[in-house]
Amino acid sequence: MHVAVCVKQVPDPSGVGRLDPATHCLVREGVEVVMDPGDEYGVEAALQVAEATGGDVTVVSMGPAKALEAVRKALAMGAARAVFISDDRLRGSDALTTARVLAAAIARTEADLVIAGTESTDGYTGTVPVAIAELLDRPALTFAKHLEVGDGTVRIHRQTEVGHDVVEGPLPAVVTVTGGINEPRYPSLKGIMAARGKPVEQPTLEELGIDPSTVGLAGAAQRVVAVEPAAQRAAGQVVVDDGTAAARLVAFLDDLKVI
Amino acid sequence: MSIYFDGEHELFRREYRRFVENEVAPIAAAADRAGEFPVQVLRSLGKHGYLCIQLPEQYGGASADVMMLVVAAEEMAYASSGIDASLLVHSVIAVNPIYRFGSAEQRARYLPPAASGDMIGAIAMTEPDAGSDVASIGTTARPDGDGYVLNGTKVFITNGCIADFVVVAARTGGPGHRGISLFIVDAGSPGFKVARHLDKLGWRASDTAELLFEDCRVPAGSLIGEAGRGFYYLMENLNLERIVMAADCVGLARAALEQAKSYALARRQFGQPIASFQDIRFMIVDMEARWRAAQLLTYEAAWKLQREESCTLESSMARYVAGEMVNRVTGDAIQIHGGYGFMMDSDVQRFYRDARVMTIGGGTSQIQKEVIARRLGLVGEQGVAK
Ligand SMILES: Cc1cc2nc3c(=O)[nH]c(=O)nc-3n(C[C@H](O)[C@H](O)[C@H](O)COP(=O)(O)OP(=O)(O)OC[C@H]3O[C@@H](n4cnc5c(N)ncnc54)[C@H](O)[C@@H]3O)c2cc1C
Ligand SMILES: Cc1cc2nc3c(=O)[nH]c(=O)nc-3n(C[C@H](O)[C@H](O)[C@H](O)COP(=O)(O)OP(=O)(O)OC[C@H]3O[C@@H](n4cnc5c(N)ncnc54)[C@H](O)[C@@H]3O)c2cc1C
Repeated sequence: MHVAVCVKQVPDPSGVGRLDPATHCLVREGVEVVMDPGDEYGVEAALQVAEATGGDVTVVSMGPAKALEAVRKALAMGAARAVFISDDRLRGSDALTTARVLAAAIARTEADLVIAGTESTDGYTGTVPVAIAELLDRPALTFAKHLEVGDGTVRIHRQTEVGHDVVEGPLPAVVTVTGGINEPRYPSLKGIMAARGKPVEQPTLEELGIDPSTVGLAGAAQRVVAVEPAAQRAAGQVVVDDGTAAARLVAFLDDLKVI
Repeated sequence: MSIYFDGEHELFRREYRRFVENEVAPIAAAADRAGEFPVQVLRSLGKHGYLCIQLPEQYGGASADVMMLVVAAEEMAYASSGIDASLLVHSVIAVNPIYRFGSAEQRARYLPPAASGDMIGAIAMTEPDAGSDVASIGTTARPDGDGYVLNGTKVFITNGCIADFVVVAARTGGPGHRGISLFIVDAGSPGFKVARHLDKLGWRASDTAELLFEDCRVPAGSLIGEAGRGFYYLMENLNLERIVMAADCVGLARAALEQAKSYALARRQFGQPIASFQDIRFMIVDMEARWRAAQLLTYEAAWKLQREESCTLESSMARYVAGEMVNRVTGDAIQIHGGYGFMMDSDVQRFYRDARVMTIGGGTSQIQKEVIARRLGLVGEQGVAK
């Protein structure tokens, strides 16, 4: 089976991200960027489906030129090829535009199954994959913590607060995966070396059939109107043990309804 | 990005660093305390395709270049120089003579399982009476029927207790370096035994043993290449060995340096961070500058070796400078940590103990200096072996 997987490059979540107060865009200078850790699960899931069914994986990504590194990592993990959309005119695009671009790119592949993360680590609107499904007129099966494909169908376990629902849909379909669905592999050095020779298609907006005037900041229907620093966390409460500390801790946790 | 590395090196560094952070760093202190090499790390590295990466793909490697080996050594030593020592001996130092000079049968038998982590390798040159002067080894290999019989003692052998095969230097001819041959001896060969596990000051997470060969019979097919060429085969790998060991020093020093820096910024005395005292601040500047100098010298030597240029001068300098640097940097890291650095639960004390061997193992600083002096035309070619 041919699988397409969406991969986004994000600022390293272990670093401290900053938004530019004037443009409301992410400050990218001097920031380490990585493949979204959530998308590592997507790539692993896609590879597992492809390996089990004798198919292959196409990476689809939109981002600035540097995002090619995340694409390369997915190729090093084992994907066969990539479609990478990197066009300066896309700068400042909102989630819907991102979905339109990705959907147009996916439509050009033979993929029966599209896998994406549930939500990105930086933007986390969680809307791109379902928008892609809508644009491609395919069912979306979301929050998968288990995934299996059968004859013309895909079945997932959707994580819920109390357990999981079993959800099944016809292929072609879009699936979003959650962390913990698998253990993403480390790319082997052999994989890293092989990635160099794998095809990375870089279509223009025109080639994707997207009107450039509808993308970027100008084309964005969604606008960030203000950014503010999060409130400082209040000082913690120190419990000094005078013999009653255990009981007070239990009462505190009980108040929070966590026990 | 540096002139020495391309995109693949950078990607490998990032991913390998993540592997080391997740799989090695959490167990490094415990392995040091226990004085045992965590074999599961080697198996896991094999599973992920991270062992013997310089071998061609047909033997399970990835045809990695010298810069890639440098990256791997730096990143592993950052978490544990001791674990890295075992890995370098296995992946590079023991395996390379088999790959470069071994027969087709030897390659097929030992290289794929070494790369997959199913077999562990060691290399035994040093003896109680022959350290720096490798050419004076006394272990003998006497032709006998369709094989050889080995007799002698080897000491300080990394991976000695856990090895499945040991590349052994033994004398088949007369005295001096022309009489030495290399053999592959399988663990469990009759007459071969591990005399004892050696307890050490540092590199405790690597395994070190004394090995005994008592009428140890090996088949003719265990001789690597030609009889009498063993010393040359060892010399052929020397520059690479020096470079990966220097890279290990650079990685270990980076760990000490990072901890020293963040501690100096966090620790307050006299109402201010200790980094604000000039003596501390300049100590860190000094550490950083020396670290960077050693790193670049190592990269330069590796770069020359990669282009197959002669690099004995550079690799010996890198090994010497990096070995001295890591001792100084880890020592200063303890100084900056004050009493906390002297406590056994600090990381910097482990770094300091691990650093100590870096002017001794695999060619002492004195020997490196002799090699450098010779390259500079200050002494003749006689007398210095290693
Ligand atoms: C404050 C702010 C600043 C922004 N600054 C910029 C900017 O400087 N430049 C810019 O281009 N955009 C910028 N955006 C737009 C934002 O990055 C897009 O909305 C984003 O691409 C999709 O939204 P999301 O990250 O919430 O995706 P989600 O819907 O949360 O992502 C879910 C999954 O969809 C897939 N996916 C999402 N985006 C992509 C992608 N680009 N490529 C491949 N797969 C993807 C991934 O699998 C991901 O795990 C900004 C948005 C905000 C809120
Ligand atoms: C932890 C550890 C792991 C090791 N692993 C291995 C291994 O896997 N395989 C292996 O074969 N060996 C191994 N060795 C051995 C190592 O290579 C030797 O210890 C090293 O070469 C020095 O030999 P030596 O210890 O006998 O010291 P000696 O050669 O006896 O040196 C003693 C002192 O004399 C100095 N000296 C010697 N000759 C000269 C000279 N010409 N000019 C000036 N000074 C000189 C030395 O610098 C040193 O300070 C290991 C050693 C250690 C400590």
